Amino acid sequence: MIPANFDYESPRTLSEALDLLASRQDAKILAGGHSLLPAMKLRLAAPSVVVDLGRIAGLNHIRESGDRIVIGAMTPHADVASSKILHVACPLLAQAASQIGDVQVRNRGTIGGSLAAAHPAADYPAAVLALDAEIMAVSRSGERSLPATKFFTGMFTTELRPDEIITEVRVPRTEGASVAYKKFHHPASGYAVVGVAVRIKKAGTRIDSAAISITGVGHIAYRATAVENALRGKPLGVIAEAAAHAAEGVEVLSDYYASAEYRRHLATVFTRRALEQALEASGK
Amino acid sequence: MQKNVTIDINGQPHRQAVEPRLLLVHFLREVAGLTGTHIGCETSLCGACTVLLDGRAVKSCTVLAVQADGRSVTTVEGLAQGDKLHALQEGFWEEHGLQCGFCTPGMLMCSHDLLANHPTPTSADIREAINGNVCRCTGYQNIVNAVKNASRKMAKRVSARAGAR
Amino acid sequence: MARNGKANGKGNAKLAAVWVGKKLKRKEDPRLIQGTSHYTDDLKLPRMLFCAFTRSPMAHAEIRAIRTDAARALPGVVGVFTAHDLTGLGMVPCAIQMPGLNLPPHPVLATERVRYVGEPVAAVVAENLYTARDAAEAIEVDYEPLPVVVNMEKALEKDSPVIHQQFRTNRAFTHALKNGDIQSAFKKADRVVKQRVINQRLAPVAMEPRAVLGEYLPGENRLTVWSATQIPHLLRTQISVMVGLPETAVRVIAPEVGGGFGSKLNVYAEEGLVPWLAMKLGRPIKWAETRRENITSTIHGRDTINDLELALKKDGRILGLRVRILADMGAYHQLLTPLIPQLTALMQAGCYKIPAIDIEIQGVFTNKMSTDAYRGAGRPEATYNIERIMDVAAHELGMDPVELRIKNFPQAKEFPFTTVTGLVYDSAKYQESIKRALRLSGYDSLRRRQKSGWKNGKYYGVGVSTYVEICAIGPSAATPAGGWESGTVRIEPTGKVTVLTGASPHGQGQETTFAQLIADELGIHPEDVNVVHGDTLAVPYGIGTFGSRATAVGGTAAYLATQKLKTKMARLAAHLLGAKPADISFGRGRLSGKGSKKSISFGELVMAAYTARNIPAGFEPGLEATHFFEPSNFTFPFGAHIASVEVDGETGEVKIDKYVAVDDCGNVINPMLVDGQIHGGIAQGMGQAMWEELIYNEEGQIVNGTMMDYALPKAHLLPEFTLDRTVTPTPVNPMGVKGVGEAGTIASTPCVVNAVCDALSVLGVKHIDMPLKPERVWRAMQQAQASAQLEPQPNDTPSSSRAKRGISVSEKAARSKA
Repeated sequence: MIPANFDYESPRTLSEALDLLASRQDAKILAGGHSLLPAMKLRLAAPSVVVDLGRIAGLNHIRESGDRIVIGAMTPHADVASSKILHVACPLLAQAASQIGDVQVRNRGTIGGSLAAAHPAADYPAAVLALDAEIMAVSRSGERSLPATKFFTGMFTTELRPDEIITEVRVPRTEGASVAYKKFHHPASGYAVVGVAVRIKKAGTRIDSAAISITGVGHIAYRATAVENALRGKPLGVIAEAAAHAAEGVEVLSDYYASAEYRRHLATVFTRRALEQALEASGK
Repeated sequence: MQKNVTIDINGQPHRQAVEPRLLLVHFLREVAGLTGTHIGCETSLCGACTVLLDGRAVKSCTVLAVQADGRSVTTVEGLAQGDKLHALQEGFWEEHGLQCGFCTPGMLMCSHDLLANHPTPTSADIREAINGNVCRCTGYQNIVNAVKNASRKMAKRVSARAGAR
Repeated sequence: MARNGKANGKGNAKLAAVWVGKKLKRKEDPRLIQGTSHYTDDLKLPRMLFCAFTRSPMAHAEIRAIRTDAARALPGVVGVFTAHDLTGLGMVPCAIQMPGLNLPPHPVLATERVRYVGEPVAAVVAENLYTARDAAEAIEVDYEPLPVVVNMEKALEKDSPVIHQQFRTNRAFTHALKNGDIQSAFKKADRVVKQRVINQRLAPVAMEPRAVLGEYLPGENRLTVWSATQIPHLLRTQISVMVGLPETAVRVIAPEVGGGFGSKLNVYAEEGLVPWLAMKLGRPIKWAETRRENITSTIHGRDTINDLELALKKDGRILGLRVRILADMGAYHQLLTPLIPQLTALMQAGCYKIPAIDIEIQGVFTNKMSTDAYRGAGRPEATYNIERIMDVAAHELGMDPVELRIKNFPQAKEFPFTTVTGLVYDSAKYQESIKRALRLSGYDSLRRRQKSGWKNGKYYGVGVSTYVEICAIGPSAATPAGGWESGTVRIEPTGKVTVLTGASPHGQGQETTFAQLIADELGIHPEDVNVVHGDTLAVPYGIGTFGSRATAVGGTAAYLATQKLKTKMARLAAHLLGAKPADISFGRGRLSGKGSKKSISFGELVMAAYTARNIPAGFEPGLEATHFFEPSNFTFPFGAHIASVEVDGETGEVKIDKYVAVDDCGNVINPMLVDGQIHGGIAQGMGQAMWEELIYNEEGQIVNGTMMDYALPKAHLLPEFTLDRTVTPTPVNPMGVKGVGEAGTIASTPCVVNAVCDALSVLGVKHIDMPLKPERVWRAMQQAQASAQLEPQPNDTPSSSRAKRGISVSEKAARSKA
C-alpha cells in the first residue's frame, strides 16, 4: 500500500523534464500514475526519482491537424473517450478509451502513460496499432516519430529510450473506414483477456484493406497480419474464415483465468465479432 | 526531501510539508483528519477512496499528495451544505443504498461524477459508472435505486429553480 | 408480535404495530453517508504508534534466521519483535472441542516453521505507518523450504509432507453423521445418482480490512482494544487469556465495522499481539490490514470436496443420501475452523424428506490459510450439495427439477419436522415458496424459450434452488461458546431509552430494527430509542453477530428485557392511576388504565420511577432490565430461488438475465432492510457461482491475491433481483422472526449453477464446477460435444436424446462459425 521513498521532481517545461531524465539514470516518468503508482505501492517498482509531467503545459489536448488528429500525451482516457473530434474523425480510439478500467481510472490515466507502460492486456496498444498511429517522442537530442507498429517491443517494453518522453499521439482520420473495438473483459481487473481493434475499408462488396490488432493474447499487442492478408481484396463473406488466423504465429499467454488454448479461441471469436460489428456500424 | 503542498479540501486550504510518496488518501485521512475517505484495497480497484479532484472522480490511493498540490479536492465530508444533505446522500439513505457504509463515501463521490455528466442515467448507465467501486453488502441494487432517486431529486430542483427565475 | 408479546402466527400484515413492519430509514445512515463515522483505522490516539508485519512468502519452510538490524536502524522504528520476544503471550485460540480433533499449537508469530504464505513472522512498531512498512520490508528471513502440500487428497496420501509432525498425518478429524438404513436404501433404489462437486476456496473480502488498536493505561490497569470484530465480548475473553490480564481489566470496542461475513467472527494473532505490544511499549499501537494481507491472512471460506450419492425410486422419491466430504482446514485451526463442515452435515438433508443418510467428513491440514465461517458457514456447502444432486437426479430421471423437489418436500402440517440429521425444523411452507417463484419468474415461458432456443443454437437455462437454512444460532448445547444473547433496556430519567445488545451489528441495521421493536413495545417513537452495541464496558456480556442471529436471538433478549420493564412500569402506573397492573396498556407515549379513562404520560411515569417519592411498597427505583435469552431451538428460514441464464455457445460466457427470490424469514421488522440482506446475499452467492475462487498453486502461493485478480461481484455483472416473500413465523421466539443474513447466499449459488448446467443439458453436460468461468463452461461444452459425437448411447434414456440433440446444435454452431 505504501511506496518506497523517492525523490520527486515536478518540472514546468518539457526541456526541464528532459534535463532531469538525462541526468538521473533511474528516473521514472509519472504521467497519470495509473501504471506506475500501483506498481510502486506493491513495491514492484521502486524508482529513486519520479519526474511528474503533470505540470507541463501543452501536453493535454485533442486537435485536428490536416489529415490527422493529434492527442497530447497527458490527455486522460476520459477526454479521449468523450472527444467530439474523435467521435467523428477517429471513433476507434474513443471506443478503446471508453473501455479502459473504470471512470476513476479514465479520469486520471493518460494515453502517453498507457502506451509507455506497454501492458500486454491494455486497450490503447491495440487501437494505435490498428490505426497506424505515430507516437511522437522527444529527448534532448530531438524529436522522433515512432510508428505504432514498431513501438511495442515486448511485455512492458517499448522503443522509447529512458531519456525520451512521449509528447503526442497522431492518428489518421478514419472517415470512410469501418472500425470497432471488441473486448472480453477480465472480471476483476477489467483488462482485456482479448481485445480486438479493427479498421477496414470496403470497396463495394469486397474488403479493400484491413488493419487488425489484438491485445491480451500475446506478450504485447500485435497486428494480426494473417487475418489482414486473408481479408484483403476478398468478399465480405470471408471474415469468419479469416478470423481463424487471429493468433497465428503468436506465443499466446496463459494464466489462471484463461489458458492459451482458450485465449486463442477467444481471439478468433472476437476478431470475427469485431469485424462484424465494424461492418454493421458502417452499414447503417 | 519533503515538499510543501497546499491542497484545497472542501473549500479549506490545507498546507503541510510531506514526503513525496505520501498518497493523497493518507493526506486526507492523516493530515487533514478527514477519515470519511476509506482505503479498501491497494490496487486502485475498489473505489472506497474515491474523491473529486478538480471536480472529477479519482481514486485518491493512486494520486500522490504532491500531485494534488494547488488543486481542489472534494471528499464525502464536503457533500452536504451544512445540515442540508446532498441529494445523493438523501438517495442513499432513502433507498437503503448502504449497509456497512465502508464503500459508501466512494460510491457517493463516483455517483457525483456520473450525475455531473449524465443527469438522468439509466440503471445500466449507473451500473457501468460504478464498476470501479466494490460493495460487498448491498448487491448494488439499492445503490442503483439511490442514484436514480438522487437524479430525480436533482432534476426536480433544477426545474424548480428554472421556474423561479 | 405485538403489544401482548405473543406471536400471532399470521405474519406482519396483521400486527397491531406502529413501527414494526415499516420501511424506516436507518438510524445508522446519517453518520455513514457524511463520512463522520469511525471505523477502527479512523481512530487516532495521542502518542499512537503503528504496527506492520513481515509475513512468510513461503508456504512451508524452516525459519533459519531472522535479521532485524536494518529494520531497527531505521529512524522512527520503536521496536521489532519476533516469536522469541513474545514470552508470556498466549496462542491463537480455537474454540472447538471434539473427540479425536488434532489441534495444533498456533503461535501468534511463527516460531521455527512457517506453514502458509502470509503467516506473520515479525512485527514492527514505528512512529508512523510509512516507516513501519519500510521496516517490515527491511527484515530479512532465511527460509529452508520444506515440501508443500495444498491438495487435500494428496495431503492424505501416505507419502505426503506432514504439516504438524506430532500428528503424523494431515487428517485433522473425522466426523460421521449416520441415520436410517442406508444399505437398504441403496439396495432398493431404482436409480443411484452420483456426482463429485467442489466448493472452491473463497476470500471473504469485507470492504473494511481488519484493524486493531490497543491502548494500555498502567495506572488504571486498563487495556482497551478497538477491533473490527463481530464478537467483542468473546474477543475480550480471549484477549485477556492471551495477554494475561484479568478480564475485568480488558475492554473491547467494536466501533463502526465495515462488514464481516464471518471473517471478523474470529480471534486473530494480531488481536492478541497488538494490544500486548501496546502494554509492553506503553503507547497506543494501531495496525490496519492491507488488502493483500487480508487475502493471505484473514480466514477463507468453503474449500471442500464432496462426493454425493443419491438413491431414488423411479418416481423421484428419495430413499437415501451418502456424502463424503473432504474439508480443507488450512494450516491451523482458527476459532471455529473444524466446526464449519459439521454444520454442513447437519443441514445436508435440505428441505427434503430423506429416510436414510450417511455422511463422513474428514478435515485436512494443508499449507494454506485457515478456513472458517464465511457467510453461510457450512450451510451453503450443504445446500449446494443437495441442490446440485437434486438437479442431476432430475435430469437423469427425465423429471422437471421443480417436480422432483416438490415430491420430496415435507407437508406444512408435518412441522415441526424432524430431519434425518436430527434437527427439528420449526415451521415452513416449502410448496408455497416454489409456487410463488414459479409464477414470478414465468417459469413455463422460460422453459418454452429454452426449447426454442436450443433449436436455434442458443443456450438458455433455468435454475431452481429450494433451500432451508439454520439460523438464530443457537441453543447453547449446540454451540461452542454459548448460543444465548443478552439485552438490556434502560429508560433514562428523561424518557429516552437505551438498549444495550450483546449482538454486534456491522451493517445489518439493528440500531434501527431494535428501535422499531422496542418503540412499539413501549408506545414511543424509535427516535427516542438508542441502541448501543460493541463496547464490552457498556454492554453486558454477549455473544455477537453471526449465524443470522442478531435479531432472532439478540432482538428477543431485548424484547424480553422490555417485557420485564413493562411489568414493572405497569405496576407503578397502576399505583399512580389507581388501576390494576394487568389493565395498563402502552401506546402513543402514554400508559393507560382500562378503557383509557385514566392515563399518565410515558415521561411522567419514567420520572416517577426515578424520583421514587411515590412508588408502591417494595418497588425498586429506576427502570432497567436485562434478559439473557437462551433459544430453545434454531430457526429455519427457507425459500425458493429461480435464475434464468443465457450461455454464449461460442465463448462460454454466462449472462444471468433474471433472478427471482422468494424468501421466508418469519416475521419482518423492517422490510427494506430484509430485502437489502437478501440482495447482498444473492450477490455474494452469485460471486461464488460465477467469479470468485482463491487459487493456491502447487507451491502454496496465492495466484490471485489482489482485487485485480480475485473477481468480486460488481454492479455491471449482476442482474436486477426480483424479490417476494412468504411469512411463516417461528414459534421459537416470541417475535416470530427467523433471521435473514445468509439466506440469499445459501440459495443463489446452486441456483445459478443449476441454471447453467440446465442450459447445457441439451449437450449432455451434467455438472460444471464453480466458479463458472467462461473457459470452464466452454470446455464443458467442448467435451460434451466431443463425447456425444464419439459415443453413441442407448436410445432409451432421456439424457441420450438430449445428447443427440446436442450433436445437432454443435454442428449448427460449427457451421455458423465457418
